[in-house]
Amino acid sequence: MSDRQRQRLGAESVTLAYEQRVIARDLSVEIPDHSFTVIVGPNACGKSTLLRALSRMLKPTEGRVLLDGQSIHSLPAKKVARTLGLLPQSSIAPDGITVADLVARGRYPHQGLLRQWSPEDERIVQESMESTGVAELADRFVDELSGGQRQRVWIAMALAQQTPLLLLDEPTTYLDIQHQIDVLDLCAELHETQGRTLVAVLHDLNHAARYATHLIAVRGGEVVAEGPPSEVVTAELVERVFGLRCQVIEDPETGTPLVVPAGRQARARRSLPAQGPAEGPAKESAEGQEAVLQK
Amino acid sequence: MTTKTLRTGGGVSVRYAPRAAFSGLGLILLTLAVGTVLVCTGDFPMTPGEVLDTLIGRGTVVQEFAVMELRLPRVLVAIFVGAALALGGAVFQSISRNPLGSPDVIGFGQGATVGALAVIVLFQGSAVATALGAVVGGVLTGAVIYLLAWKRGVHGYRLVLVGIGAAAMLTSVIHYLITKANLVDATRATVWMTGSLDGRDWTQFWPLLAVCCVLVPLVLGHGRALRMLEMGDDAAYALGVKVERTRIVLMASAVLLVAVATSAAGPIVFVSLSAPQLARRLTRAPGPNLAVSAVMGSALLLSADWIAGNAFGDRQLPVGVVTGILGGCYLLWLLVSERKAGRI
Repeated sequence: MSDRQRQRLGAESVTLAYEQRVIARDLSVEIPDHSFTVIVGPNACGKSTLLRALSRMLKPTEGRVLLDGQSIHSLPAKKVARTLGLLPQSSIAPDGITVADLVARGRYPHQGLLRQWSPEDERIVQESMESTGVAELADRFVDELSGGQRQRVWIAMALAQQTPLLLLDEPTTYLDIQHQIDVLDLCAELHETQGRTLVAVLHDLNHAARYATHLIAVRGGEVVAEGPPSEVVTAELVERVFGLRCQVIEDPETGTPLVVPAGRQARARRSLPAQGPAEGPAKESAEGQEAVLQK
Repeated sequence: MTTKTLRTGGGVSVRYAPRAAFSGLGLILLTLAVGTVLVCTGDFPMTPGEVLDTLIGRGTVVQEFAVMELRLPRVLVAIFVGAALALGGAVFQSISRNPLGSPDVIGFGQGATVGALAVIVLFQGSAVATALGAVVGGVLTGAVIYLLAWKRGVHGYRLVLVGIGAAAMLTSVIHYLITKANLVDATRATVWMTGSLDGRDWTQFWPLLAVCCVLVPLVLGHGRALRMLEMGDDAAYALGVKVERTRIVLMASAVLLVAVATSAAGPIVFVSLSAPQLARRLTRAPGPNLAVSAVMGSALLLSADWIAGNAFGDRQLPVGVVTGILGGCYLLWLLVSERKAGRI
């Protein structure tokens, strides 16, 4: 890893734990600059934990998370917030807040007690709302919006923070398929047109394969594979990471890898006696659990 | 946009919501008006002009005594007690994300009362010692509730539940202390507990002023961070708020403000609960509305004091009784009218 050129954000042999429960040990990753990195893996594999660590929400018990070569926890909170943004999985919109006011809160790390609102803030909030398509909702109350619109508003807030790095924790959860694609298109657009480095945790492997420029596959707190989706997403790897037999074909729309799970009967026929079709995923999660509970 | 910006040269800019600013201004005027009325009226009525003369030292001895010794300190104590209680309430309601998470519900008022009563009943302490006991009781209660409610950060429901439990226990202790007391102490204790501004003078005012001078700016200065906290810890973290430190500073300040206010005027109910809610509905702005809440608390308590003294003929009610009725009615009316308007 030392021969690689240092990227802006990375974790250096970190041990991640909630209280006594160790999720990952001696984990190292680097987020390539200007990439759209997607972290994938089965439930409870530690992918959200990794994202929390990268966003300094979780302090590693060992090792360090590095931002521009410095330990992220030693940097001033507001300074980090001007470099690295995060869209958390669950945020609470205060009662009776308008879209414009919520997006404006993204400017917080750039403001102070005596400099609360500059013309630049105004401009950036407007731009953030425009690039996420919520400008016409500016005066609406956030609690009146649909789930998809609300997610766009939260993304607008994160954009208003104007950070070169943006982390998104399962940005498509609770959205229907149309809004999922909508949010991912938006992310891809932000990545392409604004040159921001995006890191997202996604559940859907096909979404990840289609939108990511860099994929990190995690299982049991370890990075199993990383690289461009076309190299990473193979039938062999999907089985290794998710315990699912499948075919990987070319996405007819985009040419990216598309995971097609093997049919129920095909999986039953091809699987070993000890690894029945119903047991496959269950065993997998039990293993994941073991890795989690090692300590 | 519902917010406007005030700019000066040198890049200083302050963001405000016009409605909130006008509400605050209106409440300040109301406080001043009621305060003036209270200083002018009583057994020895005076005109505002005479009061002004007295204030600059040109009044008669009787006027001097009525204004400087009786009425002015009482009005000032009411203003600061109201503001301190309301500010403490606004902070706790915001941190617990629950209107019920206000200090008089979650045990701080009761804790201060236990402290004061312990001094009265167990040590027959002086008024100053009683006030000190109230502060110690309130702060200790705050610390214990914080520790019990803490689980990788303080969470709203936990805080409210632990607080309500503590309040119930402390209420039992209060009753126990009263049964243990002799008649004189029990009467003193009961009078203290009703929450009243009667006979408040400069000895109550100066410590209150000192504490408010330090803590009110401190709390208001953390107001923007508190706003970010309302979106959840993760979102606040992401925006660069030092989540745990902000919360501890604010909670400690709020506990102290409430404890000191209670030590000055006894447990006056409902101001911490209702003032922030009233302020929020009046300003129609999201967020804790700290400054407006504080002025609302002053206006509410002062108005309640005037009503307590005048609305019931010769019978003077303790102000705490009136704050409950006044604040409660206003809040109910607001809730009903908001439901009609479809906002809740």
